[in-house]
Amino acid sequence: MMRPRRLRMIMACMAVLLAGPFASGDEIPLAARKSGSEFMSRQTQDMQNDDTSNPAMLWVLEGETLWSKPAGTANKSCSSCHRDAATSMKGVAASYPAFDETSSKVINLEQRINLCRTEQQKASPLAYESRDLLALTAYLARQSKGMPIEAKDDSRTRPFREAGEKLYSERVGQLNLSCAQCHTDNWGQKLGSALLPQAHPTAYPLYRLEWQTVGSLQRRLRNCMIGMRAEPYAYGDQEFVNLELYLMWRARGMTMEAPGVRP
Amino acid sequence: MVEDGGIAKSLSGSPGDAARGRAIVVNRQTGLCLLCHSGPFPEERFQGTLAPSLAGAGVRLNESQLRLRIADGRRLHPDTIMPSYYRTDGLTRVAPGFAGKPILNADQIEDVIAFLMTLR
Ligand code: HEC
Ligand code: HEC
Repeated sequence: MMRPRRLRMIMACMAVLLAGPFASGDEIPLAARKSGSEFMSRQTQDMQNDDTSNPAMLWVLEGETLWSKPAGTANKSCSSCHRDAATSMKGVAASYPAFDETSSKVINLEQRINLCRTEQQKASPLAYESRDLLALTAYLARQSKGMPIEAKDDSRTRPFREAGEKLYSERVGQLNLSCAQCHTDNWGQKLGSALLPQAHPTAYPLYRLEWQTVGSLQRRLRNCMIGMRAEPYAYGDQEFVNLELYLMWRARGMTMEAPGVRP
Repeated sequence: MVEDGGIAKSLSGSPGDAARGRAIVVNRQTGLCLLCHSGPFPEERFQGTLAPSLAGAGVRLNESQLRLRIADGRRLHPDTIMPSYYRTDGLTRVAPGFAGKPILNADQIEDVIAFLMTLR
Protein backbone atom coordinates (compact mmCIF):
# COMPACT_ATOMS: atom_id res chain seq x y z
CA MET A 1 0.00 0.00 0.00
CA MET A 2 1.13 3.52 -0.73
CA ARG A 3 2.21 5.61 2.22
CA PRO A 4 0.07 8.73 2.63
CA ARG A 5 3.11 10.99 2.15
CA ARG A 6 3.90 9.37 -1.19
CA LEU A 7 0.30 9.67 -2.23
CA ARG A 8 0.28 13.37 -1.34
CA MET A 9 3.37 13.94 -3.45
CA ILE A 10 1.81 12.24 -6.44
CA MET A 11 -1.33 14.32 -6.02
CA ALA A 12 0.77 17.46 -5.79
CA CYS A 13 2.54 16.55 -9.01
CA MET A 14 -0.79 15.97 -10.70
CA ALA A 15 -1.95 19.36 -9.53
CA VAL A 16 1.12 20.90 -11.14
CA LEU A 17 0.43 19.08 -14.38
CA LEU A 18 -3.13 20.33 -14.33
CA ALA A 19 -1.59 23.78 -13.97
CA GLY A 20 -3.84 25.96 -11.91
CA PRO A 21 -2.67 29.54 -11.75
CA PHE A 22 0.69 28.94 -13.40
CA ALA A 23 1.79 29.91 -16.85
CA SER A 24 -1.49 29.90 -18.64
CA GLY A 25 0.32 31.61 -21.50
CA ASP A 26 -3.11 32.22 -23.01
CA GLU A 27 -3.69 35.69 -24.30
CA ILE A 28 -6.73 37.58 -23.09
CA PRO A 29 -9.63 36.97 -25.50
CA LEU A 30 -10.21 40.08 -27.64
CA ALA A 31 -13.68 40.66 -26.22
CA ALA A 32 -12.43 40.46 -22.61
CA ARG A 33 -9.88 43.24 -23.01
CA LYS A 34 -10.13 46.30 -20.79
CA SER A 35 -8.34 49.59 -20.90
CA GLY A 36 -6.37 50.62 -17.84
CA SER A 37 -8.92 53.38 -17.24
CA GLU A 38 -11.57 50.77 -16.45
CA PHE A 39 -9.58 49.79 -13.36
CA MET A 40 -9.53 53.36 -12.01
CA SER A 41 -11.81 55.06 -9.53
CA ARG A 42 -14.78 56.95 -10.95
CA GLN A 43 -13.12 60.17 -9.86
CA THR A 44 -9.94 59.54 -11.86
CA GLN A 45 -12.01 58.42 -14.86
CA ASP A 46 -13.93 61.70 -14.75
CA MET A 47 -10.67 63.61 -14.52
CA GLN A 48 -9.43 61.85 -17.68
CA ASN A 49 -12.63 62.26 -19.63
CA ASP A 50 -13.28 65.93 -18.93
CA ASP A 51 -10.95 68.19 -20.90
CA THR A 52 -11.27 70.97 -18.36
CA SER A 53 -9.99 68.77 -15.52
CA ASN A 54 -7.52 66.56 -17.41
CA PRO A 55 -4.08 68.00 -16.55
CA ALA A 56 -2.57 66.49 -19.73
CA MET A 57 -4.60 68.97 -21.79
CA LEU A 58 -2.00 71.58 -20.86
CA TRP A 59 0.57 69.56 -22.79
CA VAL A 60 -1.86 69.18 -25.70
CA LEU A 61 -2.25 72.97 -25.84
CA GLU A 62 1.50 73.46 -25.76
CA GLY A 63 1.84 70.90 -28.53
CA GLU A 64 -0.65 72.84 -30.61
CA THR A 65 1.53 75.94 -30.27
CA LEU A 66 4.69 74.01 -31.15
CA TRP A 67 2.96 72.50 -34.19
CA SER A 68 2.96 75.84 -35.98
CA LYS A 69 6.17 77.27 -34.53
CA PRO A 70 9.10 77.32 -37.00
CA ALA A 71 12.22 75.52 -35.80
CA GLY A 72 15.69 74.60 -37.00
CA THR A 73 17.84 76.05 -39.72
CA ALA A 74 15.17 75.22 -42.30
CA ASN A 75 12.90 77.54 -40.32
CA LYS A 76 9.89 75.34 -40.98
CA SER A 77 7.13 74.32 -38.61
CA CYS A 78 5.29 71.01 -38.59
CA SER A 79 2.32 72.78 -40.10
CA SER A 80 4.45 74.07 -43.01
CA CYS A 81 4.38 70.49 -44.31
CA HIS A 82 1.36 68.89 -42.64
CA ARG A 83 -1.07 71.83 -42.43
CA ASP A 84 -4.03 71.18 -40.16
CA ALA A 85 -3.23 68.38 -37.71
CA ALA A 86 -6.94 67.72 -37.17
CA THR A 87 -7.04 66.23 -40.66
CA SER A 88 -3.46 65.30 -41.52
CA MET A 89 -2.71 63.63 -38.17
CA LYS A 90 -6.06 61.97 -37.59
CA GLY A 91 -5.44 58.30 -36.78
CA VAL A 92 -1.67 58.58 -37.05
CA ALA A 93 -0.89 57.96 -33.36
CA ALA A 94 -3.32 55.01 -33.43
CA SER A 95 -1.13 53.26 -35.99
CA TYR A 96 2.32 53.77 -34.43
CA PRO A 97 4.92 52.23 -34.02
CA ALA A 98 5.18 51.88 -37.79
CA PHE A 99 7.70 50.73 -40.38
CA ASP A 100 10.22 53.34 -41.51
CA GLU A 101 11.45 52.78 -45.06
CA THR A 102 14.71 54.67 -44.66
CA SER A 103 16.01 52.77 -41.64
CA SER A 104 14.10 49.54 -42.43
CA LYS A 105 13.01 49.46 -38.80
CA VAL A 106 9.86 49.92 -36.82
CA ILE A 107 9.90 53.33 -35.12
CA ASN A 108 7.60 54.90 -32.56
CA LEU A 109 5.84 58.26 -32.63
CA GLU A 110 8.57 60.07 -30.70
CA GLN A 111 11.16 58.84 -33.18
CA ARG A 112 8.95 59.88 -36.10
CA ILE A 113 8.69 63.40 -34.66
CA ASN A 114 12.45 63.54 -34.21
CA LEU A 115 13.03 62.35 -37.79
CA CYS A 116 10.90 65.26 -39.01
CA ARG A 117 12.94 67.57 -36.82
CA THR A 118 16.34 66.44 -37.99
CA GLU A 119 15.50 65.72 -41.66
CA GLN A 120 12.93 68.39 -42.48
CA GLN A 121 13.35 71.19 -39.96
CA LYS A 122 17.11 70.73 -39.61
CA ALA A 123 16.69 71.03 -35.86
CA SER A 124 18.15 68.98 -33.02
CA PRO A 125 16.14 65.96 -31.87
CA LEU A 126 14.08 66.40 -28.70
CA ALA A 127 15.06 64.34 -25.67
CA TYR A 128 12.74 61.66 -24.36
CA GLU A 129 10.47 62.96 -21.60
CA SER A 130 11.35 66.56 -22.47
CA ARG A 131 8.44 68.93 -22.16
CA ASP A 132 8.39 69.68 -25.91
CA LEU A 133 8.45 66.06 -27.04
CA LEU A 134 5.71 65.12 -24.58
CA ALA A 135 3.67 68.13 -25.72
CA LEU A 136 3.97 67.19 -29.40
CA THR A 137 3.18 63.50 -28.81
CA ALA A 138 0.23 64.42 -26.59
CA TYR A 139 -1.05 66.77 -29.30
CA LEU A 140 -0.70 64.10 -31.98
CA ALA A 141 -2.23 61.38 -29.80
CA ARG A 142 -5.17 63.68 -29.19
CA GLN A 143 -5.90 63.69 -32.94
CA SER A 144 -6.62 59.95 -32.65
CA LYS A 145 -8.83 60.11 -29.59
CA GLY A 146 -11.85 57.84 -30.00
CA MET A 147 -10.35 55.99 -32.95
CA PRO A 148 -9.54 52.27 -32.96
CA ILE A 149 -5.92 51.19 -32.54
CA GLU A 150 -4.68 49.97 -35.88
CA ALA A 151 -1.63 47.77 -35.57
CA LYS A 152 -0.34 46.76 -38.96
CA ASP A 153 0.52 43.15 -39.45
CA ASP A 154 2.64 42.65 -42.52
CA SER A 155 5.84 40.88 -43.42
CA ARG A 156 7.96 43.95 -42.64
CA THR A 157 6.58 44.69 -39.17
CA ARG A 158 6.02 41.11 -38.04
CA PRO A 159 9.60 40.32 -37.00
CA PHE A 160 9.57 43.40 -34.74
CA ARG A 161 6.22 42.49 -33.25
CA GLU A 162 7.38 38.94 -32.65
CA ALA A 163 10.52 40.22 -30.96
CA GLY A 164 8.27 42.37 -28.75
CA GLU A 165 6.08 39.41 -27.90
CA LYS A 166 9.15 37.45 -26.87
CA LEU A 167 10.21 40.23 -24.52
CA TYR A 168 6.70 40.37 -23.11
CA SER A 169 6.77 36.73 -22.07
CA GLU A 170 10.42 36.53 -21.02
CA ARG A 171 11.25 36.38 -17.32
CA VAL A 172 13.77 39.02 -16.28
CA GLY A 173 15.29 40.71 -13.28
CA GLN A 174 16.12 39.57 -9.77
CA LEU A 175 12.43 38.82 -9.20
CA ASN A 176 12.37 36.70 -12.36
CA LEU A 177 9.00 37.96 -13.57
CA SER A 178 7.58 38.48 -17.04
CA CYS A 179 5.15 41.13 -18.24
CA ALA A 180 2.74 38.31 -19.09
CA GLN A 181 2.71 36.92 -15.55
CA CYS A 182 1.36 40.17 -14.19
CA HIS A 183 -0.64 41.59 -17.10
CA THR A 184 -1.99 38.51 -18.90
CA ASP A 185 -2.18 35.84 -16.17
CA ASN A 186 -3.06 38.02 -13.16
CA TRP A 187 -4.79 41.17 -14.39
CA GLY A 188 -7.48 42.38 -12.01
CA GLN A 189 -5.57 41.02 -9.01
CA LYS A 190 -4.04 43.26 -6.41
CA LEU A 191 -0.28 43.63 -6.27
CA GLY A 192 -0.04 45.29 -2.87
CA SER A 193 -2.18 48.38 -3.31
CA ALA A 194 -2.11 48.44 -7.13
CA LEU A 195 -4.73 46.78 -9.31
CA LEU A 196 -2.96 44.97 -12.14
CA PRO A 197 -4.18 46.33 -15.49
CA GLN A 198 -3.94 44.42 -18.78
CA ALA A 199 -1.20 46.74 -20.06
CA HIS A 200 -3.00 48.18 -23.07
CA PRO A 201 -1.28 51.36 -24.31
CA THR A 202 -4.56 53.11 -25.12
CA ALA A 203 -3.91 56.34 -23.23
CA TYR A 204 -0.26 57.33 -23.71
CA PRO A 205 1.26 59.80 -23.23
CA LEU A 206 -0.64 60.35 -20.00
CA TYR A 207 -0.64 62.37 -16.81
CA ARG A 208 0.21 60.24 -13.82
CA LEU A 209 -0.76 61.71 -10.46
CA GLU A 210 2.17 59.86 -8.88
CA TRP A 211 4.59 61.48 -11.36
CA GLN A 212 2.87 64.86 -11.17
CA THR A 213 3.55 65.17 -14.87
CA VAL A 214 2.95 63.65 -18.27
CA GLY A 215 5.04 60.62 -19.24
CA SER A 216 5.51 58.41 -22.27
CA LEU A 217 4.69 54.74 -22.61
CA GLN A 218 8.41 53.97 -22.35
CA ARG A 219 8.55 55.73 -18.99
CA ARG A 220 5.79 53.37 -17.81
CA LEU A 221 7.67 50.34 -19.16
CA ARG A 222 10.83 51.49 -17.38
CA ASN A 223 8.88 51.66 -14.12
CA CYS A 224 7.66 48.09 -14.55
CA MET A 225 11.17 46.85 -15.31
CA ILE A 226 12.59 48.63 -12.27
CA GLY A 227 9.87 46.94 -10.22
CA MET A 228 11.04 43.58 -11.56
CA ARG A 229 14.57 44.59 -10.49
CA ALA A 230 15.62 44.28 -14.11
CA GLU A 231 17.94 46.64 -15.92
CA PRO A 232 15.55 48.74 -18.01
CA TYR A 233 16.25 49.39 -21.68
CA ALA A 234 17.32 52.91 -22.54
CA TYR A 235 14.74 55.30 -23.95
CA GLY A 236 14.39 54.72 -27.68
CA ASP A 237 16.07 51.29 -27.66
CA GLN A 238 14.68 49.00 -30.33
CA GLU A 239 13.62 46.55 -27.61
CA PHE A 240 11.25 49.14 -26.15
CA VAL A 241 9.89 50.04 -29.59
CA ASN A 242 9.27 46.35 -30.29
CA LEU A 243 7.46 46.00 -26.96
CA GLU A 244 5.36 49.06 -27.80
CA LEU A 245 4.45 47.52 -31.16
CA TYR A 246 3.46 44.24 -29.53
CA LEU A 247 1.36 46.05 -26.91
CA MET A 248 -0.42 48.02 -29.65
CA TRP A 249 -1.06 44.81 -31.55
CA ARG A 250 -2.48 43.18 -28.40
CA ALA A 251 -4.73 46.23 -28.12
CA ARG A 252 -5.73 46.31 -31.81
CA GLY A 253 -9.24 47.63 -32.29
CA MET A 254 -9.40 49.15 -28.80
CA THR A 255 -10.25 52.83 -28.50
CA MET A 256 -7.55 55.49 -28.19
CA GLU A 257 -8.08 57.54 -25.02
CA ALA A 258 -4.92 59.63 -24.99
CA PRO A 259 -4.02 61.79 -23.30
CA GLY A 260 -5.04 59.73 -20.27
CA VAL A 261 -4.83 60.13 -16.52
CA ARG A 262 -3.59 57.45 -14.10
CA PRO A 263 -3.33 57.40 -10.30
CA MET B 1 20.36 20.08 -0.21
CA VAL B 2 16.89 19.35 -1.55
CA GLU B 3 15.37 16.11 -0.28
CA ASP B 4 11.82 14.82 0.14
CA GLY B 5 10.29 18.07 -1.14
CA GLY B 6 12.22 20.22 1.29
CA ILE B 7 15.53 21.52 2.60
CA ALA B 8 16.07 20.11 6.09
CA LYS B 9 19.15 22.08 7.13
CA SER B 10 19.15 25.72 8.15
CA LEU B 11 20.72 27.85 5.41
CA SER B 12 22.61 29.92 7.96
CA GLY B 13 23.44 27.07 10.30
CA SER B 14 21.36 28.54 13.11
CA PRO B 15 17.68 28.92 13.91
CA GLY B 16 15.85 32.10 12.85
CA ASP B 17 14.08 34.73 14.90
CA ALA B 18 10.31 34.91 14.41
CA ALA B 19 9.95 38.60 15.34
CA ARG B 20 12.57 39.66 12.83
CA GLY B 21 10.94 37.32 10.31
CA ARG B 22 7.59 39.02 10.70
CA ALA B 23 9.18 42.41 10.03
CA ILE B 24 10.73 41.06 6.83
CA VAL B 25 7.47 39.51 5.63
CA VAL B 26 5.48 42.75 5.98
CA ASN B 27 8.23 44.95 4.52
CA ARG B 28 7.49 45.82 0.89
CA GLN B 29 11.13 46.55 0.06
CA THR B 30 12.79 43.54 1.67
CA GLY B 31 10.38 40.60 1.90
CA LEU B 32 7.91 41.78 -0.77
CA CYS B 33 5.63 38.94 0.41
CA LEU B 34 2.53 41.11 0.87
CA LEU B 35 2.73 42.36 -2.70
CA CYS B 36 1.34 38.95 -3.67
CA HIS B 37 0.15 37.30 -0.44
CA SER B 38 -2.29 38.27 2.25
CA GLY B 39 -2.13 37.00 5.82
CA PRO B 40 -2.94 37.67 9.46
CA PHE B 41 -1.54 41.21 9.48
CA PRO B 42 -4.44 43.44 10.58
CA GLU B 43 -2.28 46.58 10.55
CA GLU B 44 -1.28 46.14 6.90
CA ARG B 45 -3.80 47.86 4.67
CA PHE B 46 -2.67 46.75 1.24
CA GLN B 47 -2.20 43.03 0.79
CA GLY B 48 -1.88 41.17 -2.49
CA THR B 49 -4.34 38.75 -4.06
CA LEU B 50 -1.97 36.94 -6.42
CA ALA B 51 -1.14 34.14 -4.02
CA PRO B 52 -2.69 32.04 -1.22
CA SER B 53 -3.00 33.57 2.26
CA LEU B 54 -0.04 32.93 4.52
CA ALA B 55 -2.42 32.22 7.41
CA GLY B 56 -1.86 28.66 8.60
CA ALA B 57 1.32 28.23 6.52
CA GLY B 58 3.02 26.59 9.53
CA VAL B 59 0.29 23.95 9.66
CA ARG B 60 0.24 23.13 5.97
CA LEU B 61 4.01 22.98 5.56
CA ASN B 62 6.82 21.89 7.83
CA GLU B 63 10.04 23.83 8.28
CA SER B 64 11.90 21.90 5.63
CA GLN B 65 9.14 22.39 3.05
CA LEU B 66 8.90 26.09 3.84
CA ARG B 67 12.65 26.47 3.36
CA LEU B 68 12.51 25.02 -0.15
CA ARG B 69 9.35 26.98 -0.96
CA ILE B 70 11.07 30.28 -0.15
CA ALA B 71 14.65 29.56 -1.15
CA ASP B 72 13.73 28.10 -4.52
CA GLY B 73 10.03 27.63 -5.25
CA ARG B 74 10.91 27.15 -8.92
CA ARG B 75 12.07 23.64 -8.06
CA LEU B 76 8.51 22.82 -7.06
CA HIS B 77 6.72 24.74 -9.83
CA PRO B 78 9.00 25.89 -12.65
CA ASP B 79 6.45 28.46 -13.81
CA THR B 80 5.53 29.90 -10.42
CA ILE B 81 5.32 33.66 -10.16
CA MET B 82 6.86 33.46 -6.68
CA PRO B 83 10.53 34.47 -6.86
CA SER B 84 13.21 32.05 -5.69
CA TYR B 85 14.57 34.07 -2.77
CA TYR B 86 17.89 32.29 -2.43
CA ARG B 87 18.86 31.63 -6.00
CA THR B 88 21.05 33.79 -8.21
CA ASP B 89 21.51 31.55 -11.26
CA GLY B 90 19.20 31.25 -14.25
CA LEU B 91 18.24 34.94 -14.16
CA THR B 92 18.34 37.42 -17.06
CA ARG B 93 19.00 41.16 -17.14
CA VAL B 94 19.19 41.65 -13.40
CA ALA B 95 19.60 45.34 -12.49
CA PRO B 96 23.26 46.05 -11.60
CA GLY B 97 22.45 46.88 -7.97
CA PHE B 98 20.93 43.43 -7.45
CA ALA B 99 23.18 41.30 -9.65
CA GLY B 100 24.67 38.24 -8.00
CA LYS B 101 22.72 38.79 -4.79
CA PRO B 102 19.83 36.68 -3.54
CA ILE B 103 16.62 38.56 -2.68
CA LEU B 104 17.07 37.60 0.99
CA ASN B 105 20.20 36.32 2.67
CA ALA B 106 20.43 33.07 4.64
CA ASP B 107 19.76 34.71 8.03
CA GLN B 108 16.74 36.58 6.70
CA ILE B 109 15.27 33.42 5.19
CA GLU B 110 15.69 31.54 8.48
CA ASP B 111 13.94 34.44 10.26
CA VAL B 112 11.04 34.28 7.78
CA ILE B 113 10.73 30.51 8.25
CA ALA B 114 10.74 30.87 12.05
CA PHE B 115 7.92 33.38 11.69
CA LEU B 116 5.88 31.29 9.23
CA MET B 117 6.12 28.34 11.67
CA THR B 118 4.20 30.47 14.19
CA LEU B 119 1.28 30.86 11.73
CA ARG B 120 -0.85 28.02 13.01
C1 HEC C 1 5.08 42.52 -10.81
C2 HEC C 1 4.04 43.00 -11.67
C3 HEC C 1 4.34 43.67 -13.00
C4 HEC C 1 5.20 43.28 -13.99
C5 HEC C 1 6.12 42.07 -14.00
C6 HEC C 1 5.04 44.23 -15.07
N1 HEC C 1 4.13 45.18 -14.72
FE1 HEC C 1 3.33 46.59 -15.97
N2 HEC C 1 2.18 47.32 -14.41
C7 HEC C 1 2.12 46.78 -13.14
C8 HEC C 1 1.24 47.58 -12.33
C9 HEC C 1 0.90 47.32 -10.85
C10 HEC C 1 0.76 48.63 -13.16
C11 HEC C 1 -0.21 49.73 -12.79
C12 HEC C 1 0.44 50.69 -11.87
C13 HEC C 1 -0.48 51.69 -11.28
O1 HEC C 1 -1.48 52.05 -11.90
O2 HEC C 1 -0.17 52.13 -10.19
C14 HEC C 1 1.37 48.42 -14.46
C15 HEC C 1 1.12 49.22 -15.59
C16 HEC C 1 1.55 48.92 -16.88
C17 HEC C 1 1.12 49.61 -18.07
C18 HEC C 1 0.17 50.81 -18.09
C19 HEC C 1 -1.25 50.42 -18.30
C20 HEC C 1 -2.16 51.64 -18.27
O3 HEC C 1 -3.34 51.47 -18.52
O4 HEC C 1 -1.71 52.74 -18.00
C21 HEC C 1 1.75 49.03 -19.12
C22 HEC C 1 1.63 49.43 -20.58
C23 HEC C 1 2.58 47.96 -18.58
N3 HEC C 1 2.42 47.92 -17.22
C24 HEC C 1 3.39 47.13 -19.35
C25 HEC C 1 4.31 46.22 -18.81
C26 HEC C 1 5.32 45.53 -19.58
C27 HEC C 1 5.53 45.67 -21.07
C28 HEC C 1 6.03 44.75 -18.70
C29 HEC C 1 7.26 43.94 -18.93
C30 HEC C 1 8.42 44.62 -19.45
C31 HEC C 1 5.39 44.90 -17.41
N4 HEC C 1 4.39 45.81 -17.51
C32 HEC C 1 5.76 44.19 -16.27
C33 HEC C 1 2.77 45.63 -12.72
C34 HEC C 1 3.69 44.89 -13.45
C1 HEC D 1 5.37 37.70 -6.97
C2 HEC D 1 4.50 36.93 -6.13
C3 HEC D 1 4.94 36.33 -4.81
C4 HEC D 1 5.80 36.85 -3.86
C5 HEC D 1 6.53 38.18 -3.88
C6 HEC D 1 5.85 35.88 -2.80
N1 HEC D 1 5.05 34.81 -3.10
FE1 HEC D 1 4.78 33.14 -1.94
N2 HEC D 1 3.59 32.30 -3.42
C7 HEC D 1 3.19 32.94 -4.56
C8 HEC D 1 2.28 32.08 -5.29
C9 HEC D 1 1.59 32.42 -6.61
C10 HEC D 1 2.16 30.89 -4.54
C11 HEC D 1 1.29 29.67 -4.89
C12 HEC D 1 2.06 28.49 -5.34
C13 HEC D 1 2.97 28.75 -6.50
O1 HEC D 1 2.62 29.50 -7.42
O2 HEC D 1 4.08 28.26 -6.51
C14 HEC D 1 3.00 31.07 -3.36
C15 HEC D 1 3.16 30.11 -2.35
C16 HEC D 1 3.74 30.36 -1.13
C17 HEC D 1 3.74 29.46 -0.02
C18 HEC D 1 3.04 28.10 0.01
C19 HEC D 1 1.64 28.41 0.46
C20 HEC D 1 0.84 27.19 0.84
O3 HEC D 1 -0.01 27.35 1.68
O4 HEC D 1 1.09 26.14 0.27
C21 HEC D 1 4.40 30.06 1.01
C22 HEC D 1 4.62 29.53 2.42
C23 HEC D 1 4.84 31.34 0.54
N3 HEC D 1 4.44 31.49 -0.77
C24 HEC D 1 5.53 32.27 1.28
C25 HEC D 1 6.03 33.48 0.81
C26 HEC D 1 6.87 34.39 1.58
C27 HEC D 1 7.23 34.19 3.04
C28 HEC D 1 7.21 35.41 0.75
C29 HEC D 1 8.15 36.55 1.00
C30 HEC D 1 9.41 36.30 1.64
C31 HEC D 1 6.54 35.16 -0.51
N4 HEC D 1 5.86 33.98 -0.45
C32 HEC D 1 6.60 36.01 -1.63
C33 HEC D 1 3.57 34.21 -4.98
C34 HEC D 1 4.48 35.05 -4.32
